[in-house]
Amino acid sequence: MLEITNLTASAGEKDILKGINLSVNAGEVHAIMGPNGSGKSTLAQVLAGHPSYEVTGGTVRFEGEDLLELAPEERAHRGVFLAFQYPIEIPGVSNAYFLRSAYNAMRVARGGDEVDPMEFLDVMEEKLKIVEMDDAMLSRSVNMGFSGGEKKRNEILQMAVLEPKLAILDETDSGLDIDALRVVAEGVNKLRRPDNAAIVVTHYQRLLNYIVPDYVHVLAGGRIIRSGTRELALELEEKGYDWLLQEALA
Amino acid sequence: MTIPHWQAAFAARAGGDEPRWLAPLRQSAMASFAALGFPTRALEDWHYTSLSSIADVPYTIGSGASSTTVADLTPYMINADWPTIVLLNGRWSPALSSLDSLPGGVLVLDLATAWREQPAMVQQHLGTVAVSEHAMTSLNTALMQDGVVVVVAKDVVSNTPIHILHVADAAAEGAARFPRTLIIAERSSKVTLLESFVGLADVAYFTNHVAEVVVGDNATVNHMKIQRESESATHVSTTEVHQARDSHYVNFSMAMGATLSRTNVYTVLDGENCGATLNGLYLGKGTQHTDHQTRIEHAQPNCFSRELYKGVLDDASHAVFNGKVYVHPVAQKTDGKQSNHTLLLSPDARIDTKPQLEIFADDVKCTHGATVGRMDEAGLFYMKSRGVPSETARRLLTYAFAADVLETIENETVKHALEQLTLERYAGSAVHPVIVARKG
Repeated sequence: MLEITNLTASAGEKDILKGINLSVNAGEVHAIMGPNGSGKSTLAQVLAGHPSYEVTGGTVRFEGEDLLELAPEERAHRGVFLAFQYPIEIPGVSNAYFLRSAYNAMRVARGGDEVDPMEFLDVMEEKLKIVEMDDAMLSRSVNMGFSGGEKKRNEILQMAVLEPKLAILDETDSGLDIDALRVVAEGVNKLRRPDNAAIVVTHYQRLLNYIVPDYVHVLAGGRIIRSGTRELALELEEKGYDWLLQEALA
Repeated sequence: MTIPHWQAAFAARAGGDEPRWLAPLRQSAMASFAALGFPTRALEDWHYTSLSSIADVPYTIGSGASSTTVADLTPYMINADWPTIVLLNGRWSPALSSLDSLPGGVLVLDLATAWREQPAMVQQHLGTVAVSEHAMTSLNTALMQDGVVVVVAKDVVSNTPIHILHVADAAAEGAARFPRTLIIAERSSKVTLLESFVGLADVAYFTNHVAEVVVGDNATVNHMKIQRESESATHVSTTEVHQARDSHYVNFSMAMGATLSRTNVYTVLDGENCGATLNGLYLGKGTQHTDHQTRIEHAQPNCFSRELYKGVLDDASHAVFNGKVYVHPVAQKTDGKQSNHTLLLSPDARIDTKPQLEIFADDVKCTHGATVGRMDEAGLFYMKSRGVPSETARRLLTYAFAADVLETIENETVKHALEQLTLERYAGSAVHPVIVARKG
């Protein structure tokens, strides 16, 4: 589904990604771990098309297509979804309208028809249950005055509405208490299907107790320095990152 | 300068039916205008807006025959069931107006009828509230040819808007009009007024409007204005308000038309425990120039004022906001808050914003602030990452920026109409109407 080859990227003058290779197949969950500043979030943002980063080399193919050639909205239409580490507040636009605009844009891009507000409410009723959200959240401005947990739940709600093929969760667990983490993780699990995939970017092993990955990659200094299975995450939890960094330098 | 042109027009007026007391008022106003002339940038209050482009235009006074019908006005009515007075090219049109739904206790008269039937009332107030030494106000007083007088009797509460629709059609080309509005809200009354200025044809004309508002003890006046003149027109409008104790005055100014517009809103809080709220929204495009000047004068203690103006400027449009809050030495415990926020959509758009506080009392709470910003790129990327097309995302964020000041409008129908006008400007008419998050 996703094939990243020798990807390099910079922000301004600073090189951040220094040659990423990663292959993700349908049905898989990949965890990307690593110390602060290793480039985890940059990788997530580059895949979504954030304008602050410049891709300086390498390729990213998504279902055979050159992902890097596509505008952010086109990537979304193809089925790429980024759950933001810091969800953006949009004063004056209701969550319901935001979600419906996104849902309809996606339907139209995929050759379907728009749904009207009443039909959309039916869609929402089921989606809200996935993240245990109250429909009162729909009438509020997007992320305005939401708690940290509410913002992250709102990201997963958007994911539930848009039904992406590839979901990239950028530190969706950071700063969440255990109850909020459980709700978010269960939401992600309910959305797992054999034909979709997820990349879970996290700093903490804790999340992986709830979203069990097939593969774990350690990113450091803009490169993947170790890949393994879930056991690698448990080892990291116990021993930290230093031993890996030492090995990588040796 | 065309001062002689206006003096000649003044001399040629047929003032035969007018009450005797009016003549000296008009004469002194004409003298004042002749001394001042059209404002230039040399004046502090006109530093960013010049009327020199029209100072030499020999506008006619009054327009020829016009064929505008009620059907032509339907899109501007907002609600046809409201009492509606149509001033067509500056003249009250009985055929187009409808006062059937006017509530009891509210008197609405044209200017000539008012000074004939309510001479004491009109003489007591006309020209006594709009006393600022502005050449344009003087020119209006000298040449006002028609207008609307609204008198709300004591204790009468009227929440249904009275709509004063100032219409300019093709016959307005080359003409100047000087409409006058006088609103008198007696003790403990409440009235809602909407003044619309609409241009039906793309012709050049000059509107010079003056409104005087007398807010009695414990009365509330909710006064809204929508300016959507022809984009070739020049629009100057001055609202001056006198507030007695415990009164409230609420003004909303929406400016989106005219090639050049200047809106002045001045209020004097001249009794204890008054409140004034002045809000507005200006939308500029092309080479439009839109200027708002407000002055809130706290003359007595324990009053509050609130002011929020927002603007969205595209292309090479230019806007000016100049908000003065003046607190007299006796006006202790004044609570004033003023803000002005502008979104620039183009590198060529420009705003000159000048909030001014002049405080001569020592126990007051006054704040002011202004921001000028561009499109929120983070919000834009967020929406695009959810599949919303770039152009739709831009329009939606632009609308959302403007929407919160529209939220302050008390009358739901007017609020919805202005939301719709803003949406059509930025989102095309195909967008679903209700997209704004309601507070609470």
